[in-house]
Amino acid sequence: MTTVFTFRIDGKDVAGSEGQSVMEVAEENGIDIPGLCHLEGIHDRGACRLCMVEIAGSPKLAAACMTKISEGMDVTAHSERLLEYRRTVTEMMFMERNHVCAVCVANNHCELQDTADELGVTHFDLPRISPKVDIDASHRLFAIDHNRCILCLRCVRVCDEIEGAHTWDVMHRGLETRVQTDMGIPWGESPTCTSCGKCVQVCPTGALFEKGRAVARGSKTRRPFLPWMKVVAEERGL
Amino acid sequence: MPAAARPIRRRVITEELHEGPARASAYVCEAASCMSAQAHDITLRLGEKTAEADLTDVTIKRVGCLGLCAAGPLVEIAETGQLFSHVTPDDVSGIVTALQNVSPENTRAPQGPFFEKQLRVATENMGRVDPENLDDYLERGGYEALKRVLSEMTSSEVREEITRSGLRGRGGAGFPTGLKWTTVAKAQGAQKYVICNADEGDPGAFMDRSVLESDPFRILEGMAIAAFAVHATEGYVYCRAEYPLAVARLRTAIRLAQRAGYLGAGIADTSFNFDVQIRLGAGAFVCGEETALIASVEGRRGTPRPRPPYPAVQGLWDCPTLINNVETFASVPTILRKGPDWYAGIGVGKSKGTKVFALAGRVVNTGLVEVPMGMTLREIVFDIGGGIIDGRPFKAVQTGGPSGGCIPAEHLDMPVSYESLIELGSFMGSGGMIVMDDTSCMVDVAKYFQDFCRDESCGKCVPCRVGTTQLWMLLDQITRGEATMDDLAQLERLAGIIQKMSLCGLGQGAPNPIFSTLRYFRDEYLAHIVDRVCPAGVCTIEPAEVMA
Repeated sequence: MTTVFTFRIDGKDVAGSEGQSVMEVAEENGIDIPGLCHLEGIHDRGACRLCMVEIAGSPKLAAACMTKISEGMDVTAHSERLLEYRRTVTEMMFMERNHVCAVCVANNHCELQDTADELGVTHFDLPRISPKVDIDASHRLFAIDHNRCILCLRCVRVCDEIEGAHTWDVMHRGLETRVQTDMGIPWGESPTCTSCGKCVQVCPTGALFEKGRAVARGSKTRRPFLPWMKVVAEERGL
Repeated sequence: MPAAARPIRRRVITEELHEGPARASAYVCEAASCMSAQAHDITLRLGEKTAEADLTDVTIKRVGCLGLCAAGPLVEIAETGQLFSHVTPDDVSGIVTALQNVSPENTRAPQGPFFEKQLRVATENMGRVDPENLDDYLERGGYEALKRVLSEMTSSEVREEITRSGLRGRGGAGFPTGLKWTTVAKAQGAQKYVICNADEGDPGAFMDRSVLESDPFRILEGMAIAAFAVHATEGYVYCRAEYPLAVARLRTAIRLAQRAGYLGAGIADTSFNFDVQIRLGAGAFVCGEETALIASVEGRRGTPRPRPPYPAVQGLWDCPTLINNVETFASVPTILRKGPDWYAGIGVGKSKGTKVFALAGRVVNTGLVEVPMGMTLREIVFDIGGGIIDGRPFKAVQTGGPSGGCIPAEHLDMPVSYESLIELGSFMGSGGMIVMDDTSCMVDVAKYFQDFCRDESCGKCVPCRVGTTQLWMLLDQITRGEATMDDLAQLERLAGIIQKMSLCGLGQGAPNPIFSTLRYFRDEYLAHIVDRVCPAGVCTIEPAEVMA
């Protein structure tokens, strides 16, 4: 038996079942909370910090994707303060590496770009870090441009949780953090990669892309495997 | 109970040279600091010289940290309290003479304020026992508390005593230890774990290292008591690999305790089982954060995860897990031996008992001190610490490591407690205390800590990974005299957002050194920005180009 909780998000009364996250219930109720590491169908990790919400009675902000709902909780998902914080965090993502929309394969198909647009990021004020980073184009079909990676790790999770290959993982720390294939060997030499392309499809930016696509041609809409996995998970009670 | 086994690596130095109690004994500090100054050579030399002098009724004993690290290598004549500092091999004959002159009438002489003003609880055996000798530990009341707990108390009584003592987590945040133990004890789960967090990483902090190097059995006893109190059967000590001596002594201690029946199955002839394993950290500061520590013990990448669920409910391998700091476990045996009310009688307000501090920086007596909560900073820095080197003016004391803050001279008379330090914009932290004089530039200090945080950021969440570097860039701009007042405003705004939005304590605490230096030393920031001058003369600022 599942317990159902009623609570409020931005003053709206909503209901959800025990174990659901604030993010899930908000999505079901048409309340849009931004988030770039969150993706329905794979596990959340609460790392991009865009979905931070206020919960009445708690001095700290909480990540909506990782916060389980409870009876009577009062969530503020949109406020002036949160908007400013989210804009700044989005700006950090742009300033971290080398995002140049005009020459990006994902231009107009980019969730980072969409997020900046939705949040009304109009200009960049913070120091630009802009390190020299590599591109790995050794794979037959796909390539990764680390200049555009925001380390959401959707690729790592989808490869591990859905494809089951665990080709992708993470190396180094801090600003040096990179996603990597098979302990750091070139992607094209990876013995575990099945070339399924799921990582490319879930990547929110132009970091992972299909070779041969020109600027602004890298649409990423083929994600049928994600909702399907969710249905399976629900049916099996996972 | 099986008899205590002889230490495997028992060395010449610990062997008594005669039967019966020694007339005189020289304690040689063999903790990391003195060891690095060749203390072990002194021990060997003392052994040779006493043999040459045909002194058969003296003992040369290796002990843990004697506290006054600045004056190492240290040798103490235990009977008289006479302390030999900066000992070189040439000084050994003087020590032998002193040993010869010890007579039964000698009583321990006062040793000056550095020692007199301290109150030793967690460090009571430090510099008294041989860290690799279980008998020595037993002789000083070791394992009495565990035996009493196992034979006379229920687990809830143990938790009740710890709660009543008012002990709070000594790793930094000060969460009430009794409450944490109760949470773990009541959490659902057949398997529970106890973890000792020995991943001490704050710059200038060496409390945990000294405790582990000087009195490792105490940690094992504290952990065993905790395990009994929360119904755990397995424990881990997560120690950083940068502490090889601490790890070696801990390994020895675990082996000796296992052989003597103080670890393993049926501890002290009861039905209680508990065993401890060591896990080494690979040098990441963030692994001191409990969820990252758990991930690391599990063999995964050491990155934190959002809490709740707290480790007390869902920790190691999703089982309820108790995580306490080295010093917290070290305090437990003494609290249970001397009684919770005795412990609660020490301290001030909600901060009970004593706290170990690693006194470092521009202070005469750098070393390890343990003082009652509520002692003022002035007493710690000037009485115990002996004041500033070369009599220079005191500027600030930094507590709490990279999440802490700098406290200026006007607050020197504030009693030290968890609450007062937070009120002053700093943080108790694990106990690092770095004293600064007028040769330190506070903007440069803030920059140093920011550099530390950006280097140690695990890279998981955006505000910490990117933001700490951006804070560092802004501070760097200020120290080069290239910043404007807009940059200062940006620095403050950004620091506030990183504090609120970061995932774990590393990012949330990273802006603290900036906030506290801005609070007390804003004029120094302004001097760099407006006058393009570093008042302390630390930062190199190129002269402004003269406008044609």
